[in-house]
Amino acid sequence: MSVAEQSAISARGLTVRLGGKIIVAGIDLDVAEGSWVTIIGPNGAGKSTVLRAIGGLLAFTGRVELVGTPVDKLPRRERARTVATVAQSPVVPPGMRVLDYVLLGRTPYIPALGRESAADLAAVAEVLASLDLEELTDRRLDTLSGGERQRVFLARALAQGARILLLDEPTSALDIGHQQEVLELVDRLRAERGLTVLATMHDLSTAGEYADVMVLLAGGLIRAVGPPREVLTEDLLATHYRVRVKVIEGERGPLVVPVRG
Amino acid sequence: MGPWRDKAVLGVTAALRRSAGRGDRSAGEAVLRPAGLKPGWLVGGVLAVAVALVAGVAFGPVSLPPGSVAAELLNLIPGVRLHSGLSEREVAIVTELRLPRVVLGLLVGAMLALAGAAYQGVFRNPLADPHLLGVAAGAGLGVTAVIAFRSTAGDATSNLPIGVPLAAFAGAIGAVALTYSLGAAGGRSRTPATLILAGVAVSAFLAAGQTYLMQRHVDSLREVYSWLLGRLATAGWHDVLMILPYVVVTGAIVLSQRRALDVMSVGDEEAMSLGLHPQRSRYLLIVAASLGTAAAVSVSGLIGFVGIIVPHTLRLLAGPSYRSILPLSVLFGGAFLALTDLLARTVAGPSEIPIGVVTAFLGAPFFVLVLRTNHAVAP
Repeated sequence: MSVAEQSAISARGLTVRLGGKIIVAGIDLDVAEGSWVTIIGPNGAGKSTVLRAIGGLLAFTGRVELVGTPVDKLPRRERARTVATVAQSPVVPPGMRVLDYVLLGRTPYIPALGRESAADLAAVAEVLASLDLEELTDRRLDTLSGGERQRVFLARALAQGARILLLDEPTSALDIGHQQEVLELVDRLRAERGLTVLATMHDLSTAGEYADVMVLLAGGLIRAVGPPREVLTEDLLATHYRVRVKVIEGERGPLVVPVRG
Repeated sequence: MGPWRDKAVLGVTAALRRSAGRGDRSAGEAVLRPAGLKPGWLVGGVLAVAVALVAGVAFGPVSLPPGSVAAELLNLIPGVRLHSGLSEREVAIVTELRLPRVVLGLLVGAMLALAGAAYQGVFRNPLADPHLLGVAAGAGLGVTAVIAFRSTAGDATSNLPIGVPLAAFAGAIGAVALTYSLGAAGGRSRTPATLILAGVAVSAFLAAGQTYLMQRHVDSLREVYSWLLGRLATAGWHDVLMILPYVVVTGAIVLSQRRALDVMSVGDEEAMSLGLHPQRSRYLLIVAASLGTAAAVSVSGLIGFVGIIVPHTLRLLAGPSYRSILPLSVLFGGAFLALTDLLARTVAGPSEIPIGVVTAFLGAPFFVLVLRTNHAVAP
C-alpha cells in the first residue's frame, strides 16, 4: 500500500467500547482506492464492529478518515453519498417493492420535504439494469429468493452513488452457487465503477480469491495484515480459528480447505 | 343510507385498487412508478369526506334532503348563493347543530387515524397506536380524578365540567412523558420495543389508579363512563375551534415526515447509513401524534380502534408507503369517524350509542382479521 496516494479509508487507533466493554482496540487500517480488503476472523472478533465504526454508525475513539475527511465530521447526507453499507442481515420491510427499496438508496439526494427527481429514477434504472434486476422491479422484496435479495441489497447500496462499499458478511446467508455469484458481481462492479470494497467474511474457503489485502482480526486486535497468501496460512488459521486446514494455491488466490485430523 | 351507496363505494374502491401502482411498460421502455400518493386515491378520499359531510348533516331525527343539504353547505363558501329550499329553522339545524358535530367527527377521526399511522411507522408495527404509550390511561385517570374531586366538592350535578377536557389533556400528555422518560432509562440499548413496554407499564399503573379512584367515588362512575366511552355530541363551534389548531399543527408535522417513515422501515441503523436522522424523526412524530391525540381525547373522550382500522385498511388497499397512508388517513379517517357517528346516533332510534362502543364493535373483529392475515411484523 503506497503511503503517497490518499487512502479511500484510513483508520488510526480505532477503538470501540460497547456497554463498558472494549470490543476492538487500536485498529490501524489503510484501504487504497479501488482495492478490495477483506477482514476475516473468528466469531466475536469484532469484524462487524470495525465495519460499522468505519461507516460512521457507531461511536468510536481514534481516527477514521474517508477520502481524507474524518467520518464523524461528515454531515449525514454527505456521508451517505461517500460510503454505502450493506448490513449483515438487512431488514426486509413487508410489502415493499424492489423499485422502492432500491430508491431508498437515493435518500441522501432527495430533499427532506421533496420528492425523487428524474435523475434519481434514472440512477435507480441504471443500477437495476446493471445487476440484472429489471424483471424483478415490481416484485415485493419479501417474495424473492436469498440470492435475488442479496442483489437487491447491493443495488440499494450502489444507488447511493458512493465510491466506498462496506459489505458485512455478504455471502453468509447464501448457498455455494450464489456465494460465488455475489462475489463475482462485486468484483465486476468494483472494476466498472472504480469502487473501494471493504468486506468482512467468516467463510474462508474462497475469500482469498477476491481480496487484494486481508486483515486477520481476533479478540478485537489485528493479528495479521497483508496479501491473502501471507494471511491465509495454516499456522495463523490454526492459532486463531483453532482449526486444522490445508491451504491450496489456486489460480486466483489461496483456497482454504478444512481437513479432519 | 341505501344499498346504492354501498355498491358505489365498493365499485370505487375496486377501481382505485386497479389503477394504483403498476407502471405502464410500453414496448421496451420501462416507466418507473415509485410508491406515493396516487391521484385516484386522493380524489377518492376527498369524495369520502364530501359524502360523510353531506350524509352526516342530512340524516338524523329530522331527515333533510341530501341535495338541499349539499346546496346549503356550498352556501357557506363566500360568494356562493344557492337556493336550497330549507326553512330558516332547518338551516339553523344544519349550521348550528349538525355541521359542528360532523366537522368535529371529521377532525377527530383524521387526527386519530393520522396519529395511529404515525405510530405504526415509528414502531414498525401495524397494531401500534398512541393508546399504547399511555394516552388512554392518562386521559382516563385525569378525567376520573377531576370528576371524583368535583363530586366530593359537592358539584356532582354539573354537566360536562369545564375542568374535564383540560384534565384529560394533561393526563394524556403526562402519561406519554412518563412513558418516554421510563423508556429512555434503558440508555443506549433502547429499542422501539422498550418504549412500548414502558407504555404498557405506565398504562397499567395509571389504570390501577383510576380503578382505585372509581371505587372510592362510586357515585361518579356513570359520569366517568359516559366520558370514557367517547362522544361527539356538541353544539356550536367551540369544541371544533379548540381542537382545530392542534389538528393543523400536528398534522403538518406528521405529514412532513412521511418520506422519513418509509426510510425508517429498514430500521434505525440502515436509515442512518442512508443519511437520515431517525431518532429526530421518531421524536417529532411521537410528540406530534401524542399531542394531537391528547387534544382529540380531551374533546371527544376515548374513541379507540380508529387509529388501527383506518391506516391498516389503507395499507392493505393502497400499499405500504407512508406517502400514501398518511395523507389518506387524514381523509378516510375523518370520513370513517363521521360516518360511524352517523351510525351511532341513528341505529338505536332517538338514543345514541356511545361512539367508542361502535368503534370497538367494529374494531374487535378487525383485530382478528389483522392477526390472521398479518405479514411479518418487523423486529
